[in-house]
Amino acid sequence: MQKEYKSVTSIAGPLLVVEGVEGVKYEELVEIKMPGEKGVRLGKVLEAAEGRALVQLFESPQGAVTEGAKARFLGETMKLGVSIDMLGRVFNGSGKPTDGRPEIIPEKRLDISGAAINPYSRDYPNDFFQTGISTIDALNTLVRGQKLPIFSGSGLPHNRMAAQIARQAKVKDGSDFAVVFAAMGVTFEEAQFFQSEFEKTGAIEKAVLFLNTADDPVVERIAIPRLALTTAEYLAYEKDMHVLVVLTDLTNYAEALREVSAARKEVPGRRGYPGYLYTDLATIYERAGRIKGKNGSITQIPILTMPEDDITHPIPDLTGYITEGQIVMSRELHRKGIYPPVDVLPSLSRLKDKGIGEGKTREDHSGVMNQLYASYARGNDVRELAVILGEAALDETDRAYMKFAVAFEDKFIRQGEHEDRDIEDSLNLGWELLKILPKAELKRVKEEHIEKYMK
Amino acid sequence: MSEEKGTIIKVSGPLVVASGMKHAKMYEVVNVSDQRLVGEVIELNGDEASIQVYEETGGIGPGEPVYLTGQTLSVELGPGLLESIYDGIQRPLALIEKASGSFIGRGISVPGIDRKKKWEFKPTVANGDTVGEGDVLGEVQETTLISHKIMVPADIGGKISEIHSGEKTVEDVVAVIEGDDGHKHKITMLQKWPIRIPRKDAGKRVPREPLITGTRILDTLFPLSKGGAGCIPGPFGAGKTVTQQTVAKYCDAQVIVYVGCGERGNEMTDVLMEFPELKDPNTGEPLMKRTVLIANTSNMPVAAREASVYTGITIAEYYRDMGYNVALMADSTSRWAEAMREMSGRLEEMPGEEGYPAYLGSRTAGFYERAGAVECLGSDDRVGSLTVIGAVSPPGGDLSEPVTQNTLRVTKVFWGLDANLARRRHFPAINWLTSYSLYDENVSAHWTKDVAEDSMSLRNDAMRLLQEESKLEEIVRLVGMDALSPKERLILETAKSIREDFLFQNAFDPVDAYTSLKKQYWMLKCIMAIYYAGQDVVDNEEFDFNALKKLSVMEKIVKVKDIKDGKWDYFEKLEKEVQTAIRSLK
Repeated sequence: MQKEYKSVTSIAGPLLVVEGVEGVKYEELVEIKMPGEKGVRLGKVLEAAEGRALVQLFESPQGAVTEGAKARFLGETMKLGVSIDMLGRVFNGSGKPTDGRPEIIPEKRLDISGAAINPYSRDYPNDFFQTGISTIDALNTLVRGQKLPIFSGSGLPHNRMAAQIARQAKVKDGSDFAVVFAAMGVTFEEAQFFQSEFEKTGAIEKAVLFLNTADDPVVERIAIPRLALTTAEYLAYEKDMHVLVVLTDLTNYAEALREVSAARKEVPGRRGYPGYLYTDLATIYERAGRIKGKNGSITQIPILTMPEDDITHPIPDLTGYITEGQIVMSRELHRKGIYPPVDVLPSLSRLKDKGIGEGKTREDHSGVMNQLYASYARGNDVRELAVILGEAALDETDRAYMKFAVAFEDKFIRQGEHEDRDIEDSLNLGWELLKILPKAELKRVKEEHIEKYMK
Repeated sequence: MSEEKGTIIKVSGPLVVASGMKHAKMYEVVNVSDQRLVGEVIELNGDEASIQVYEETGGIGPGEPVYLTGQTLSVELGPGLLESIYDGIQRPLALIEKASGSFIGRGISVPGIDRKKKWEFKPTVANGDTVGEGDVLGEVQETTLISHKIMVPADIGGKISEIHSGEKTVEDVVAVIEGDDGHKHKITMLQKWPIRIPRKDAGKRVPREPLITGTRILDTLFPLSKGGAGCIPGPFGAGKTVTQQTVAKYCDAQVIVYVGCGERGNEMTDVLMEFPELKDPNTGEPLMKRTVLIANTSNMPVAAREASVYTGITIAEYYRDMGYNVALMADSTSRWAEAMREMSGRLEEMPGEEGYPAYLGSRTAGFYERAGAVECLGSDDRVGSLTVIGAVSPPGGDLSEPVTQNTLRVTKVFWGLDANLARRRHFPAINWLTSYSLYDENVSAHWTKDVAEDSMSLRNDAMRLLQEESKLEEIVRLVGMDALSPKERLILETAKSIREDFLFQNAFDPVDAYTSLKKQYWMLKCIMAIYYAGQDVVDNEEFDFNALKKLSVMEKIVKVKDIKDGKWDYFEKLEKEVQTAIRSLK
């Protein structure tokens, strides 16, 4: 029962009103055909009232007219055709391939908004996930099923780091593994960078890319993380794969949400973002996880740029309330020329404790982690003190800490863009650096581990 | 019987408007569309009703029916609540899993309490007895910890004409009460209560018993009383959830209701997996035996989040009415307020501050006022209490925002979490300078009577030292340590020890996670001995503080938290040792 209506009465930004409609469902898909145009534009119903539907266009309203426009209601909500053949392919924000190869033949069609995982059916994430980056693996360990965002700022190399993680990520027990990558509102160059990076290294074979560039329609950005996660859920829970989902940049996503909300004349919350931003972000982030009785898992690394590096801005703030920790990038380290500029002290992985140690990574992991963390924190304090009082005022221990902090940044945090460090290497490197400190200061590592690993 | 129904005229997210609803009542439960999604009437306008729907509304449209049920949103009360895990409108998550698999489906209708399970009902009244509302008719051993009291429902009274003992389901009649008007009331173990109306009691009392949590900074410095209301505001990563969970695990309430409102799914899973394993320090039984969990994670429908705190508090009140001490944790009330804001926005109400509805304040107050120490209904003079602890998640950690401010107006205990302390890995990251408790006077009698005569003065001195420390630290930052007098340095040394050896507590360490009141007292007493004994020692300008730091007894103080409960002579000896060692420095 598909009906066509010629009664588009108003267009405002990406929103469009169709009058005189019947039997319209909330969130139903709509095809709009403009007179004299070949293709159709896709939209969905945001508000279904008797005789009136508010439709949000997924595409640009450029050139749209009310006179003569035809709206056809498709009777179903937005679905994505999924198949194992999606691996190795590149798609745009409406799920169409953009790599010049033919469309995939879907094995099934899934609703992109997905359903909430029953908390009772969840399994607690506690398996180690290796990214090959020391500051993450050793200090802020990622576990399968976790959502760990990267809080960055404009001009920082988060994209390079994201590509590196996507390239190097692996699960240590050799299970099937895939990366789903979604870029929202990135520039053409960034999109190109990701695509070629994946192709160059062959990582694309086990990856699905969704790309939406800055000049693509704003509203596609709202759909794209959902497309990515629907694909990920299919791969994880039906094909038993461990899926890493990298989403960049969530700031663009939230901006798009604000744009649509403003066009709907909704009451704004903090800084003009809609009041439901938290709920909306949660419907993305909470799709990470593990499910009892299923072999696969979904791990998420959302990336966002903090406006003005302000961690209290609504986007990082609400994100932090939902995700299980955060990796924070430091402009200061970046200025010092250190890549990846991970600011270790404010970074945190809430689930790390259950994913490390014997049988997961290595028995000494927890001790080394705490020792490195504490020593670097102390080293930083000493450096600040040295600025005020001068280095001469420091005693020998403090000087050792200062030396440690410098070496830690230079050797441990700094890492080549194509340097894939195994967790063992990262931990050994940590021990190597701890040699700088007097042995009496190593209070957080066990004596037996010192003997065994500090060579 | 044809059901009464209306017709949908508008759908916008969780808000549905239907016409033909002139028989609908405010807060009546309705079933939306033939998928029978659960909704609640929240506004009436002529024959149009606005309905908040507790499930996703995608695919629903105008023209579809809305069925009236005639009932207001209620919870089912009876044996079988404990050890359950519910969603925001009391549907057991285990049954939802059975019905729709690992993902939550729509239109699932499952009973809150198992109808088939049989319970051994032991009457405590006999035929011919006269009973009134709230009187206990009999008991059921619900779990090894809790004896569930079956009470006469509200507004019912009279003579017992039948009473049945033995194995019963919750729907079997266990008693018949003949009212004065001759009407025979059949009583089952299953009762219902509307969630938005507080359950009746016979009168409130001033709460005077402390709620013992085993967390030192809470019990000693900022005590909460049984029947009190407290809040924990803090930015993300400061440890709200860990604090809430620690209190839920170790506090000496008999029944715990834990509401996970709009929080992380994995966190609830953690609770679900951990509680059946962990033992209650007061009874040695698994914690789950005294716990009801309500989980409405952030991605579950927003309207059910609004209902979840009411569902939780009604269940909590029910156990309070049996004469138990109940504690309710709501994590986080900010998400509850946001759910209200979202619905209010969709109803196009005039917004108050930051888009929150103008009634935010009265709703918040109404919720926290349901806490209290009460005399229960019934003739046996039972007393029960309901303690409410709400976490607040202020955006950006900014406490001036409306939810925090409205909460602070009605709660008497403020445990302020501090991001800086968390960053320095000082846990629990509760700021001792900004936090407060207005119950300290109320519970002081308990401390002086049950713990030690001088426990209050000890606590007050410790608080004073911490206050002075913050002032002195500012001076040190400006002009250096040398500017301080020896007495002031002594304050700094003692305060440091209070912070590091007393306030710092590891919630994940099995011994350290719970400290009894008496041990708290002795720990603090040993630490404060540094200050008291030091008074007469450090009066000369030449006093060598390094010598004090190097005293071997100081190392014992660092380890004092590892000393087991009950070794009071060790503590007593240690206090003497501290005194002697410090006096020897003169």
